[in-house]
Amino acid sequence: MTDLTSLGVKDIRDGVARGDFTAREVAEAFNAAVAEAAALNAFILTTPDHALAAAEKVDAARAAGKPLGKMAGVPIGMKDLFATHGVETTAASHILEGFTPRYESSVSQKLWDAGAGMLGKLNLDQFAMGSSNETSYFGNVTSPWRKAGSNAAMSPGGSSGGSSAAVAARIAPAATGTDTGGSIRQPAAFTGICGIKPTYGRCSRWGIIAFASSLDQAGPMARSVADCAIMLGAMAGFDPKDATSLDMPVPDWEGQLTSDLRGKKIGIPREYRMEGTDPAILEAWEKGKEWLQDAGAQIVDVSLPHTKYALPAYYIIAPAEASSNLARYDGVRYGLRELPQGAGLQEMYAATRAAGFGDEVKRRILIGTYVLSAGFYDAYYTQAQKVRALVARDFARAFEECDAILAPTTPTASFPLGSMNEDPLTMYLNDVFAVPASLAGLPAMSVPAMLNPEGLPLGLQIVGRPFDEQTVLDAGLAIEERAGFAARPEKWW
Amino acid sequence: MSTYRIQGATGEWEVVIGLEVHAQITSNAKLFSGAATAFGAEPNTQVSLIDAAMPGMLPVPNRECIRQAVRTGMAIEAKINRWSRFDRKNYFYADLPQGYQISQLYHPLVGEGRLLIEADEKAGIAEDKWIGIERIHVEQDAGKLMHDQHPTMSYVDLNRAGVALMEIVSRPDMRSPAEAGAYLRKLRAILRYVGSCDGNMEEGSLRADVNVSVRRPGEPFGTRTETKNVNSVRFVMQAIEHEAMRQVDVLESGGTVDQETRLFDPATGTTRTMRSKEDAHDYRYFPDPDLLPLELDEDFLAECRASLPELPDAKRRRYIEVLGLTPYNARELTAEVETFARFETLLAETARATGKGEAEVATQVANWSLSVAPGVIKALGDEADPANATARAQAAILAMQDKGAISGGQAKEIFEIVMKTGRDPAEIAETEGLRQVSDTGAIEAAIAAVIAANEDKVAEYRAGKDKLFGFFVGQVMKAMAGKANPQVVNQLLKDKLG
Repeated sequence: MTDLTSLGVKDIRDGVARGDFTAREVAEAFNAAVAEAAALNAFILTTPDHALAAAEKVDAARAAGKPLGKMAGVPIGMKDLFATHGVETTAASHILEGFTPRYESSVSQKLWDAGAGMLGKLNLDQFAMGSSNETSYFGNVTSPWRKAGSNAAMSPGGSSGGSSAAVAARIAPAATGTDTGGSIRQPAAFTGICGIKPTYGRCSRWGIIAFASSLDQAGPMARSVADCAIMLGAMAGFDPKDATSLDMPVPDWEGQLTSDLRGKKIGIPREYRMEGTDPAILEAWEKGKEWLQDAGAQIVDVSLPHTKYALPAYYIIAPAEASSNLARYDGVRYGLRELPQGAGLQEMYAATRAAGFGDEVKRRILIGTYVLSAGFYDAYYTQAQKVRALVARDFARAFEECDAILAPTTPTASFPLGSMNEDPLTMYLNDVFAVPASLAGLPAMSVPAMLNPEGLPLGLQIVGRPFDEQTVLDAGLAIEERAGFAARPEKWW
Repeated sequence: MSTYRIQGATGEWEVVIGLEVHAQITSNAKLFSGAATAFGAEPNTQVSLIDAAMPGMLPVPNRECIRQAVRTGMAIEAKINRWSRFDRKNYFYADLPQGYQISQLYHPLVGEGRLLIEADEKAGIAEDKWIGIERIHVEQDAGKLMHDQHPTMSYVDLNRAGVALMEIVSRPDMRSPAEAGAYLRKLRAILRYVGSCDGNMEEGSLRADVNVSVRRPGEPFGTRTETKNVNSVRFVMQAIEHEAMRQVDVLESGGTVDQETRLFDPATGTTRTMRSKEDAHDYRYFPDPDLLPLELDEDFLAECRASLPELPDAKRRRYIEVLGLTPYNARELTAEVETFARFETLLAETARATGKGEAEVATQVANWSLSVAPGVIKALGDEADPANATARAQAAILAMQDKGAISGGQAKEIFEIVMKTGRDPAEIAETEGLRQVSDTGAIEAAIAAVIAANEDKVAEYRAGKDKLFGFFVGQVMKAMAGKANPQVVNQLLKDKLG
């Protein structure tokens, strides 16, 4: 029998449906793999019973001849930013340690409704703030990948670093991620897997712990483009409980998936050719062009002139929203409460938030509070919103000349944990290619392209028009087929 | 022009007043959550996950709350903004679960409007006056802290957290406590006509922040103070009086008025400092990223417009111009929703009972509604059963009076019995002999007897002493035991006395 943990979403779902194996066997295999992989620290909490219960339901439904869902029999990892009913939900923070919601996020509910089960709650950068998964209160996640000839622990990227590590290590066939400024795409690129952030509004934000509301989007992380298409189909859809949810039908991305790009134009943004970009990344980008051309697409040069302002604008808007979104963690109603002897309300707030938030979260709350302050608001927040509008306009103009944009996902491959902690700004630069699509609310995906000379994965990013996840997925598939990326990390854990 | 002036030691001062009224929108559910809004419920029983700001919860605007605010805007002739937006007002307090209040700073739902306060000589308002309304925006209410439940801790009740409020911001157009009182009463009446707020000030459904400054007549505005959360018309007027006097004292003794937030103490009728400008919060307002801008389409606005009732000013004009009521009666009858509703029901019923047009019986019904009926009910006190005050019974009484079958005094007597017993008015008139005699034969006989008994007075009358006519009427009525129809008596007496 095949090793079930080597299978992805599609193969598991189809195998269960055909009766090649039971959903329970799949869940058991992955539960065992999760249990063996504690060294990765990918999970904050494992929920083997959840996975088993979901699997048994699927097996029973199949035995009864009932129709099976899109994700039937697939156990997945759930980023611990999604509220899960009766299962501790922490956002990798101390302030929410021990918090158990009495509600289920819309996206996770849709996944359970589609027949998926949960292996556990995945580690992440605290409140999704970080690009290396080093800000979690529950410790760093270690990438399953290592540099050739080195034992240094590598970053799985962030903030969805538990998700990327788990999928790359084959301890979960797929995982949810959230992407505010690259938090799905960058970790996917770092770990040689696929991840798509759909158009803003495709996936409901209800029940996802908010970082920056105008940017946050959930999406799937998996090992193939087809798996992403399947899982995104199960996650997306209008939700009346989210006022920014898109009231549009969800296309059949899986059914329409094709790598035939004849008639499509792919834009290459000249401003993404930045100094400091790893030559290997540039090489991968060149390869990507060739692969898409080979798939029938025409390559055109496009310009996104405001690209260099996107990252600074992002680091104003996202912290501004975060500073307000995180005000609710105050020790009054749930989560951590620090009440020093004789403390009044203000002292309780201060003590609770000082103890409950990590340094990076505090840094962003401070930045956000500052840029929204009277006297600074126009210079920072208003200005950043104007930049955001210009970045979106850049894309709208570019999409008059092309159907999708091809760019690197990140300027470098993964780096050793602890190597980027000196200056937060160098860490922020990781997202320089990811952030513009976030500001514009566009669908964007990372697919693995190749390994760099050190044996670390490199990803390519495809950005599409609003609502056109299909073209993004199709271009991703064309790259996937031609890149033939079959590398997987050697098991050391 | 208001002539209200404060006489200071160094001369006259004019007071300048603006009101920010918070009106709770009448709705079954809160502004951004499905939670209920019942007043007086057990603490923390009207709280959804959204109101408690649980992680990952999101606000979704309640269409009915928006609709009510738009209708209110239309009722004050305001510009309705087809595009508006919600902003977050950020501050920490235990009654504010999100750590921010969702409000509208930059782009309110309702723009410039106005409201008419009417001349009221008794109150010192010489003529009708328009008070400008700058804006109405929609926002969330906060919860409530309870400090009396535990010796060292405060408790939080979130029932009110997230309830929809309209903040109605006036221009600084008022110049006396009386004008402010009239404004607040009129605003309350409009809200209640529209049905967008129950106007219940005791339950906190309507409360005002009072902005007051003083100046020498004709000079620019002075520095203002804001007195928070005053919850009755009388207290608003008291707060203004006290605050204006205080500011005059400060200025006349060489000081300056601090721009600050103050609290009103109903027990003493005074205001005191709550926080000064230096402690003012930096609210870090910014557009709420959880909510899209609010865009109103033409159909929505048309429905709002079509659903508006006749408003106080229009109703008052109609009462005067169409029904022929006095301005005083028209104003009294239109001041409260309950009053005009009772009046209009009784008017329709009386018109039907008499077979006359509404305008023909309106004055009679108005007098009955404003003075006769309330007088009877008040005099009876607990003896009266309010359930007996039906429009049908009162219309029957008014119709008998209209026909001349009963006198005004008999109408009151019959109504007394109705209020006590609920018996049928016609039956009471019959059984209790409460009818007046219009039979000319009986009256003529009585007149003949009175003339015969007072020949000297008849001679004096005929010689030109007209005043004696009243004496003859009195004698005849006495002879008829008060039951003769006075009009018939008058007419016959005139004929007989020549």
